[in-house]
Amino acid sequence: MIRTQVAIIGAGPAGLAAAVELAQEQVDVLLIDEQEKPGGQLVKQIHKFFGSHKHYAGIRGIEIADQLFSEAKALGVKILANTAAYGLFGNRQIGIHKPHTYELGIVEADRIILATGASENPLWFPGWTLPGVMGAGAFQTMINVHRVLPGKKVVIVGSGNVGLIVAFQALQAGADVLMICEALPWVGGYEVHAAKVQRQGVPICLRTTIERALGQEGVEKIVLIRLDEHGKPIPGSAREIEADTVCISVGLSPLAELAWMAGCQFCYIDAMGGWIPVHDAWMKTTAENIWVAGDVAGIEEASTAIEEGRLAALGVALSLGVMREETAIDRRKEVTERLTELRMGPFGETRRIAKDPLCSL
Amino acid sequence: MKLMVSKKTRKFEIIIECPEEIPCNPCEEACPRGAISVGVPITNLPVLDSAKCSGCGLCIPACPGQAIFIFEEREDGETIVGLPYEMLPSLEKGNQVMLLDRNGVDVGTGEVVKAVSPPTYSRTALVQVRCSPTVARDVRAVKKVLK
Repeated sequence: MIRTQVAIIGAGPAGLAAAVELAQEQVDVLLIDEQEKPGGQLVKQIHKFFGSHKHYAGIRGIEIADQLFSEAKALGVKILANTAAYGLFGNRQIGIHKPHTYELGIVEADRIILATGASENPLWFPGWTLPGVMGAGAFQTMINVHRVLPGKKVVIVGSGNVGLIVAFQALQAGADVLMICEALPWVGGYEVHAAKVQRQGVPICLRTTIERALGQEGVEKIVLIRLDEHGKPIPGSAREIEADTVCISVGLSPLAELAWMAGCQFCYIDAMGGWIPVHDAWMKTTAENIWVAGDVAGIEEASTAIEEGRLAALGVALSLGVMREETAIDRRKEVTERLTELRMGPFGETRRIAKDPLCSL
Repeated sequence: MKLMVSKKTRKFEIIIECPEEIPCNPCEEACPRGAISVGVPITNLPVLDSAKCSGCGLCIPACPGQAIFIFEEREDGETIVGLPYEMLPSLEKGNQVMLLDRNGVDVGTGEVVKAVSPPTYSRTALVQVRCSPTVARDVRAVKKVLK
């Protein structure tokens, strides 16, 4: 059994930021991550981030991951890489599994921060199990992390920021992006991201979705269909195009299984990706010893995940008695100000409105 | 005796296509002359003070949204468009490029007159392309013409 003061599950932006913050207070921190390289989804984010310099603006996600991890390492944070956390027991013990070596073990921690992130939502249609149909994030991992181009003729389903960014990165990787289709009558993501792909000649087809994918060994063709104002398929509007890859980017869902297992109270907030663990302004859940941060606490951006990781760390530091209350409250105010900046404007506002009632608990 | 060289008058225009209130302000921080203001809150749209702008183009690679361009009319009558470039193959002086407008429509060909990508640009190249004055204001992207 491994003993630690604080265990953080997930070494993405939220987990790394929390680790740095806690290690600065001389807390003994162990990061647990199922991937080999820490950074979570940051490792495939090759684009420059928005925000201000306080939010790492202008820096590419991969570089933010490297920066946070080297800070964590320098502060003595330990990491268990290639390690899955499969369960929580008694809110102190974490069941771990190393799939490469078939090792099983237990980590015992006084406090646990769940920074497990999110998973991509699937989209069901005839042919969705054919090779070539994949999450846009999976495509992004293949091109940017593994340097493999899984297909040449790509159709993106969903025009949120993930779909738009992956479309641009597919072009950078040398694929032909045939189109981005969007069931709604408007583009979901930022206009600047949409403009980047449109000027490369990629059309964004609104009120259009994939009806089916066709092929023998993999995707060869897809059938697109137009939707009316009620979102119903328009008869006779189907058209076939040749494609070998379909990237699905229709939203993310919090990866909250461990929080369910710990008995955390949940609430359903559509704007935050569905069921999320109820948490307070320190990111503390309703379960003893369990904090949350990042997408598991509601789908947002990597930059907001970093700030939430810091909030959770402050809450944990306070509960461990390693930080004075006034200091923790002052620091929380600074972090909350940065978070509020990220949750402004027409895109951020819905998230702020959804999160505020929780954080005032 | 040292000859006086008159300062070249440049006619240029910075084009910022940032229409939505997203939390972002690297353009403001990149400008050495304080010609771009975003202010507080950082969701404000950037405002350009043309009187302060020297046309240095530092805001172009700094914009994470690749939404800033420069249009320039030189004394010799040439029209140049400057834009951010993150594609492969990389571009260098003398390359022929296809010019694309906002919708990716091919509006002609141009020639790269300068392409720079110092470490401070973090792998975004600032590419300047000579093109016909009739299309220069519409160019938003370029593609290398492969022979």
